Amino acid sequence: MASTQLTKKRVPASRSTVAMKYAMAVSGLIMVGYLILHMYGNLKVFGGQEAFDAYAHHLRTFGEPMLPYEGLLWIVRVALLASVLVHAWAAITLWRRNKAAAGYSGGKRYHSSKGATGVQRSYASFTLRWGGVIILVFIVYHLLHLTANVISPGGASDSPYQRTVNGFEIWWVVLSYTIAVLAVGLHLWHGIWSALTTLGQNRSKTRLASRLTPLAWFVSAVITIGFLLPPWAILLGITG
Amino acid sequence: MTTDQILSDYITFGDDIHDDAAPSGPIEKRWDERKFSAKLVNPANRRKLSVIIVGSGLAGASAAATLGEAGYHVKNFCYQDSPRRAHSIAAQGGINAAKNYRNDGDSIYRLFYDTVKGGDFRSRESNVYRLAQVSVNIIDQCVAQGVPFAREYGGLLDNRSFGGVQVSRTFYARGQTGQQLLIGAYQALERQIGLGTVEMNTRHEMLEIIMVDGRARGVVVRDMITGEIETHTADAVVLATGGYGNVFFLSTNAMGCNVTATWRAHRKGAYFANPCYTQIHPTCIPVSGDYQSKLTLMSESLRNDGRIWVPKKAGDDRHASDIPEDERDYYLERIYPSFGNLVPRDIASRAAKYQCDAGKGVGPGGLGVYLDFADAIERMGRDTVEAKYGNLFDMYAQITGEDPYTEPMRIYPAVHYTMGGLWVDYDLQSNLTGLFVAGEANFSDHGANRLGASALMQGLADGYFVLPYTIANYLADGPFEKIDDSHPAVVEARQAVEERVQTLLSIDGKRTVDSFHKELGHIMWDYCGMERTEEGLVKAIQLIRDLKAEFWSNVKVTGVNEELNQTLERAGRVADFFELGELMCIDALNRRESCGGHFRAESQTEDGEALRHDDEFAYVAAWEFGGDKPVLHKEPLEYEYVEMKARSYK
Amino acid sequence: MKITVRIWRQKGPEAKGTMVPYELDDVSEHMSFLEMLDVLNERLTLEGEEPVAFDSDCREGICGMCGVVINGIAHGPEVTTTCQLHMRTFNDGDTIDIEPWRAGAFPVVKDLVVDRGAFDRIIAAGGYITAPTGSAPEANNLPVPKIDADHAFEAATCIGCGACVAACPNGSAMLFTAAKITHLGLLPQGQPERESRVLNMVEQMDAEGFGSCTNIGECTAACPKGIPLDVISQLNRDLMGALAKPGSA
Repeated sequence: MASTQLTKKRVPASRSTVAMKYAMAVSGLIMVGYLILHMYGNLKVFGGQEAFDAYAHHLRTFGEPMLPYEGLLWIVRVALLASVLVHAWAAITLWRRNKAAAGYSGGKRYHSSKGATGVQRSYASFTLRWGGVIILVFIVYHLLHLTANVISPGGASDSPYQRTVNGFEIWWVVLSYTIAVLAVGLHLWHGIWSALTTLGQNRSKTRLASRLTPLAWFVSAVITIGFLLPPWAILLGITG
Repeated sequence: MTTDQILSDYITFGDDIHDDAAPSGPIEKRWDERKFSAKLVNPANRRKLSVIIVGSGLAGASAAATLGEAGYHVKNFCYQDSPRRAHSIAAQGGINAAKNYRNDGDSIYRLFYDTVKGGDFRSRESNVYRLAQVSVNIIDQCVAQGVPFAREYGGLLDNRSFGGVQVSRTFYARGQTGQQLLIGAYQALERQIGLGTVEMNTRHEMLEIIMVDGRARGVVVRDMITGEIETHTADAVVLATGGYGNVFFLSTNAMGCNVTATWRAHRKGAYFANPCYTQIHPTCIPVSGDYQSKLTLMSESLRNDGRIWVPKKAGDDRHASDIPEDERDYYLERIYPSFGNLVPRDIASRAAKYQCDAGKGVGPGGLGVYLDFADAIERMGRDTVEAKYGNLFDMYAQITGEDPYTEPMRIYPAVHYTMGGLWVDYDLQSNLTGLFVAGEANFSDHGANRLGASALMQGLADGYFVLPYTIANYLADGPFEKIDDSHPAVVEARQAVEERVQTLLSIDGKRTVDSFHKELGHIMWDYCGMERTEEGLVKAIQLIRDLKAEFWSNVKVTGVNEELNQTLERAGRVADFFELGELMCIDALNRRESCGGHFRAESQTEDGEALRHDDEFAYVAAWEFGGDKPVLHKEPLEYEYVEMKARSYK
Repeated sequence: MKITVRIWRQKGPEAKGTMVPYELDDVSEHMSFLEMLDVLNERLTLEGEEPVAFDSDCREGICGMCGVVINGIAHGPEVTTTCQLHMRTFNDGDTIDIEPWRAGAFPVVKDLVVDRGAFDRIIAAGGYITAPTGSAPEANNLPVPKIDADHAFEAATCIGCGACVAACPNGSAMLFTAAKITHLGLLPQGQPERESRVLNMVEQMDAEGFGSCTNIGECTAACPKGIPLDVISQLNRDLMGALAKPGSA
């Protein structure tokens, strides 16, 4: 029997795992961009109720009359939804594929209990998949709470500022929010590096030597801190 | 007993043979002449013609790729899991080519001259001249394939001088030239596999050749995964299966390197030429214990700056740094003042052996001499030494656990290359019609000693540029009568293999295959290694025969045939090594002169230098299989262009 | 030294495997890792047990044939091939776990031996420069800037051992594939086929069932030849470029 012949069926490169990673990287970076804008809005909470509510209102009227009321917001929402779907679809597809590719045997890949944390892996790289699931669950909860006003711990209000302050005066709301933001931080720590590398931007011999590594670390740290400041400030009574 | 009586006990003297394929006329025209007289095959007919190529090293892979490109149907076999593993990959130094890019007076003629002289006047002028001619095409071909040779800042190819020649004609890719050239050939081969012109069979070991009506028509192979014994037939068979250095057990060859393919052909009638010509490389890392499985070569370039020494006093077991300068013997510098540490490989190797025999060796078992860079580090600075030799020092440190920057390295000679191989004519065809032999597996180009950076050149010359022409000339008479698996010759060959396998499995003795192999290696190294004597060789032949007999009654091979069975694979190879070892000793016994890699203690000058006897031994010894008394056919060597001279390195 | 090894034993491709312990009393620190296995195999043979099957050939770190996972790490604790690992790396009394490369695309043949034919097929799909024998122009007609030549060389040192796949939590062959794309793509000779090469090799890589790259970098850390991680970005750039060309996909 000839041992090396090209008999396997191939799919076009435009639908390859690498192309799927492009989709994941681009959708991820879109969401990172959104997070930065979102964080900017959140920090308005330190400017008081008027500034915060005016900003929230401004987002809805932006572009009028060229755009209808909430027009920009809907454009962003659709783009974000698409990104989330693409991101999650690629993640799930690749995750299932990778599990098979790693060649498990009897429920384990390697039976040795040593070396399980790899040689140079970051902790963040272990958290990506389950972190992503946590983030997804949180987003649903978060939309129901602060966007759609459906659930309202601490009391509903028509003022976005009031809703925020009401919610974040409750310790468990802040706690759940904190866990979610930390998950986002870890997700971005590896995710930003990975997305930029997937898009061909790494020029270094190792992950740790790459300039993208501190960049990813910096962006994820800024976003994490930026999102954690308002709730903790409200909980501790510094603002609100 | 007189020498003549001894010889007649071991040798049957046969008729002289000649290479009829080489044209006569001016040497620089011979290859053109041969190419022009060779018959051509119409492209449309090529796909009806099939070729089996065994081996996927430089010669095998390049031949398979080239013949596949030409449109022939090629079947390629290798014992490794991928053709990219072939041991050509381990060559470090470089590849020679007469490009004269350095404008230093190199030419095809000079490369030819150096190679004939380096081979100690035991190679054929016609073959060597052709090798020098095609050397320039090899570089072009490899560069076009993307082989990343070292370059200068201007973007052009870099060269260095290598192996004691005075011109810089060696192309290199750091210390991994063999790897890069092999990967180039491998990629060309894989391209043909992808296109379907070459059928690749990895993990298949050739165990027999199939001869039909006087022509080589196929091979019997064992699928090493399933144990299935398969037969494959074709219009021609090429063996590109490398050298037989592993007969010594310890050598720089890969673990799997073996003589089985060529030996099986030899048993079917192919002549084995000059088996006693083995090259022993002086700068290898010494043996550290009896568990040792292989020896590692370090580039000869180390001798450019390192100084070789031993303690003056035998049995001096002080640490190197505790031995004061005036108690050290820099013996190469003392004996060979003009060449010093840069004497040729065989001289450096033998000198080390003499020091160790005199009890001055260093390290475990006293089998080693110091190669000291202390002076070089003082003279050039550690950084310069590191830039020049860093990778070699790292390799040494990795293997020995010692730091060569602070204590001298220990080196010892090891078997590295075998110049002997199956006899072939100018067309690389053996005396068996339709059986071609390429690369280290044939005997053709290096005479009694191979120059540095010439092995890669020969492998690729044979595969890319020689075989494709000469094999076409043979195939032009085909396709030959179709043979199916029920043909008596096929059935017989297959049965022979099956019986052999079953015999090996059924002995169920008390000794492991490796223990036999190691013992054979010791015999070969002691009596047929760097220095050979009549007495020692006679003794060795008897020892090998006894050991062979014990092997066939007392070897233990576990497992069954129908699975991956590495013990069975090794057992088959070692069985053939016994027979080869015996023939090497007989060849060495017959050649009562010293030349190149063959040193007979009885034939040396007063200063202990090798002494050739051109009047008596200027011939190729081509051996026909004959059991205990092989038949010697002499092919006289004539030198029209290079005058036969004695070497001197004093 | 006294060493306990726990080795993955598996009769054949379809058989179920398990870790089997063996004790070795007299291991020299100068032994190479594979020589330690040789010694074990000699003993097993004499005891009538079947020796452990493992691959090795050159035993000088260049052919790429050897490779096992040692204590959960491809090629073991030092950055080198398994054949160049020595027992002095370990301590008296250690227990060492030895397993085959584990990947969907590298099925186990027996014990520690796996089938890496997928790598050959990736090369056959496009990992070459088409230069039929005899068609080559004079070598120095095509100067290559030294910096490109050096970078190409770095990628070309890949020995195809498969440690990158064994170390990758996703069983991805990106480092192997990308090394070849970088080697050939940086050279002027490699330009005409640069786009078709990356398309074909990536398609074949996927067809073989390798996983996708999550840029964790374990491949580079395990690579005995230090193939740099930036080759993966090179592949990513090249594939983007090739897909952007009209009619390419």
